[in-house]
Amino acid sequence: MPFIPHTEADTADMLATIGVATLDDLFDEIPAGLRAGALDGIPPGLPEMDIARLMQARARADGQPICFVGAGAYDHHIPAAVWQIAARGEFYSAYTPYQAEASQGTLQLLFEFQSMMTALTGLAVSNASLYDGASGLAEALLMAVRANRGVTARRILVPRALHPAYRRTLTTLVASQGIELIPIAFDAATGQTPLAAVEEAAGGEPFAALVLPQPNFFGVLEEVDALTDWAQAQGALVVGVVNPVTLARLAPPGDWGTSGADIACGDVQPLGIPLASGGPYAGFLCCRQDLVRQMPGRLVGRTLDLDGRPGFSLTLQAREQHIRRAKATSNICTNQGLLVTAATIHLALLGQAGLARVADACRANTARLVDRLGEIPGIAPLFNGPTFHEQALRLPVPAAPLLQDLIADGILGGYDLGLEYPELGSAILVCATEVRTADEIDEYAARLRRLIEARGTPT
Amino acid sequence: MITNSVATTPCEQPYHDRSQPPPPNPMLIQDASRPGRRAAAQSPSPPTTLPDLPERFRRRRSPALPEVSELQAVRHYTRLSQKNFSIDTQFYPLGSCTMKYNPRACHALAMLPGFLARHPLAPDAHGQGLLACLYELQEIFKEVTGMPAVSLAPAAGAQGEFAGVAMIRAYHQARGDTARTQILVPDAAHGTNPASAVMCGFEVREIPTGADGDVDIAALRERVGPQTAGIMLTNPSTVGVFERGIDAIAATVHEAGGLLYYDGANLNAILGKVRPGDMGFDVIHMNLHKTFSTPHGGGGPGAGPVGVSRRLEPYLPVPIVERTEQGYRWLTERERPTSIGRLTAFGGNIGILLRAYVYARMLGREGMPRVAEYATLNANYLFKRLTEAGFEAAYPRRRASHEFIVTLRREAKELGVTAMDFAKRLLDYGFHAPTTYFPLLVPECLLIEPTETETKEELDGFVEALIKIRDEARTQPELVREAPHSLPVRRLDDVRAARRLDLAWRPTSNDGES
Repeated sequence: MPFIPHTEADTADMLATIGVATLDDLFDEIPAGLRAGALDGIPPGLPEMDIARLMQARARADGQPICFVGAGAYDHHIPAAVWQIAARGEFYSAYTPYQAEASQGTLQLLFEFQSMMTALTGLAVSNASLYDGASGLAEALLMAVRANRGVTARRILVPRALHPAYRRTLTTLVASQGIELIPIAFDAATGQTPLAAVEEAAGGEPFAALVLPQPNFFGVLEEVDALTDWAQAQGALVVGVVNPVTLARLAPPGDWGTSGADIACGDVQPLGIPLASGGPYAGFLCCRQDLVRQMPGRLVGRTLDLDGRPGFSLTLQAREQHIRRAKATSNICTNQGLLVTAATIHLALLGQAGLARVADACRANTARLVDRLGEIPGIAPLFNGPTFHEQALRLPVPAAPLLQDLIADGILGGYDLGLEYPELGSAILVCATEVRTADEIDEYAARLRRLIEARGTPT
Repeated sequence: MITNSVATTPCEQPYHDRSQPPPPNPMLIQDASRPGRRAAAQSPSPPTTLPDLPERFRRRRSPALPEVSELQAVRHYTRLSQKNFSIDTQFYPLGSCTMKYNPRACHALAMLPGFLARHPLAPDAHGQGLLACLYELQEIFKEVTGMPAVSLAPAAGAQGEFAGVAMIRAYHQARGDTARTQILVPDAAHGTNPASAVMCGFEVREIPTGADGDVDIAALRERVGPQTAGIMLTNPSTVGVFERGIDAIAATVHEAGGLLYYDGANLNAILGKVRPGDMGFDVIHMNLHKTFSTPHGGGGPGAGPVGVSRRLEPYLPVPIVERTEQGYRWLTERERPTSIGRLTAFGGNIGILLRAYVYARMLGREGMPRVAEYATLNANYLFKRLTEAGFEAAYPRRRASHEFIVTLRREAKELGVTAMDFAKRLLDYGFHAPTTYFPLLVPECLLIEPTETETKEELDGFVEALIKIRDEARTQPELVREAPHSLPVRRLDDVRAARRLDLAWRPTSNDGES
């Protein structure tokens, strides 16, 4: 019996102690008509050796194409130490640190994570994680509506240049609470969200919050200072959506405009979390000090023990569902502790200099990629706005079949922007992180050139 | 009787000896930082040319991240790990959390390079191995829950609850039945239930629990009506007993036009023995970090797949894996326009789903009911031994499910030693504490869930420890009231933590920021 330690003698002894004859007698309170039959639809159990063989074959079958896609999930180097330590049983198999004295390892690590995220975002407070960047943004918006006492309108302005999957997630998670999500157009030339478009979306009516992705989904840098100042002057809160790697070089949300963004969120995936088909990742959420009581999710605080020594515990739990129930700031309970463990170790290993090097290398590699691909007739940047480490490119031929041919060559060549933005025509979003080599970039350009040439004259 | 070796030697945890001076303040990784120190192997070479970044976008000061060597980081986090209790190191009978062994194979096989390297936006053709696992996992969940359709998308139990209630809402709305504004929730339910219902825009109406631990059906009949969208039930309930009136509850709510939501937090108790679909539930979520043995990870990640009856199938959250003649593919909003939508940016906690898949395949059809049988055996054995030792059961005439409640109200009243004190003293004996003060309706309670993966010897050691602690409470109550004594810290001042909020290390002028 896998993972069940009982010998026949144990079982017999224990049943005798309980005073029943068989294991089945333990289910005697369950109405007989409800008892399940055999689970014929489930295959018989496998020993570890056999399931390992199956999984290895399946993992191999998925191949490992060379990745030139970012679009919300980034292929970064992960130091070997990160997962060797994160997977230690003491982290891996512990639960939520409700018993603080027996969980100081997890609690201190979460406090260090909160400290690192406040340093990166320039905001005063960080929570201990949410599910991912998209659901974290939904929580941030619910928080903003609660926190913005000056504006009763449940309207939030959301740029179309925000990640499409994030926008879809917002619709699922916040619309049922009567919150209206108002799209803001982007500028077709720059790829930015212009102030005029924000004003138009607001329509002269109050709104509770403005979402500001930096960089936006197209990799373009938004004029966050002007947008932040304008939105806050209208009484709205500003919610920044940021990539923690870019924050090594980009102005942090806490520095945006005159007084800084109010809330910042995003995904910690670029900090030591494998791509892994999209999860588990982890969301982060930071805010101004005075908004802390509206925060969802767990918070770790530093305090003193009976002997006056510093220690760590979960705090402000009266915000949370296990105390406040229907009046909690969120229903979130289990979050993404293990991923935060990895991200914290990852950030400690990189440090400020290492993270800046990663950000620089991504920018340099993407610039090289854009240069090489731009040498192919018909390929050019789609937008002229400033970018960081991703770039939208216009193609001379339809994107989808081209990407299909590339993947057959072992290259994941980009994200097809036409899937969510048909008005952009044939265009892809590309990214070359620090792990891409010059040879890989040149190889991609050479293959793309051949594929396009084989399709005839550029249109 | 065999006793637990840890329990016979209290206060000998390898942390520190209280006769010695206390260890130095816990050093944060930030405190170890020195300007200019680096784990040089972990950063790429600086690029030779760097495109211009306009001044207005640039960060003016570097973020104050720690500057340490690789060994410093490795040693620091290894030492931190040693300050945790965990399943791998201690018996962890945390009620309602199902802290069973997390098989190492599940982790190793989910972390195979082919699975880790795949980008979420890679085409389905480059994920056939992954999608095969996920499709088969959907099929396994259908069979074991008795629900005809499954989505693996929710990232945790609470997100599964949200998805379930959102589907109930979508179902009523699609029928034009918009007067259903209330969700019924028993008073013993997990806090996530009412919180999830509110997040879906519903009002919550509580249903009391009867003296025997079952839902008070008379009270339910009074509260149910045309305003009822549904009821959220955990069965076995959070008081650790099987809801015997489930047929009557299902009939009552269904007759009123409401739907039944099954909170799968306690599915471990009935896995393969009873199926929520057969009990009349319309929607269920499972907590894979409980029943399917995926890691709790110090607070996640979880995964909360949902299963539904045919009438809710159109609303399942996306993505869902479909098998076609050409292979497996993700179904998204495009193919499923009536879906409640997506809950995270990509496919949910896929690495956790892979771990659950490995676990489910190792158990197989014959292993699943054994999980329930031995989890129930261990719980009832512990229940019997503790009540024979004179501890008071909250529901003495009921059969325990996979967990049960002991109330220490007598000890609290007579000895002035509370359930919290017992819990803290258990830590000194090398046992993680049971869940304390939940459910709220039982005073001074310990909710104890041993799980099927513990040996009889471990359970006996736990009984011995509780008996000894009760003896200590009689003879030297301060020892118990001030416990723990052998951990890295003593009891922490939670009031101070909340009043003098200290939520992050801040750099001083000499630190970090450059």
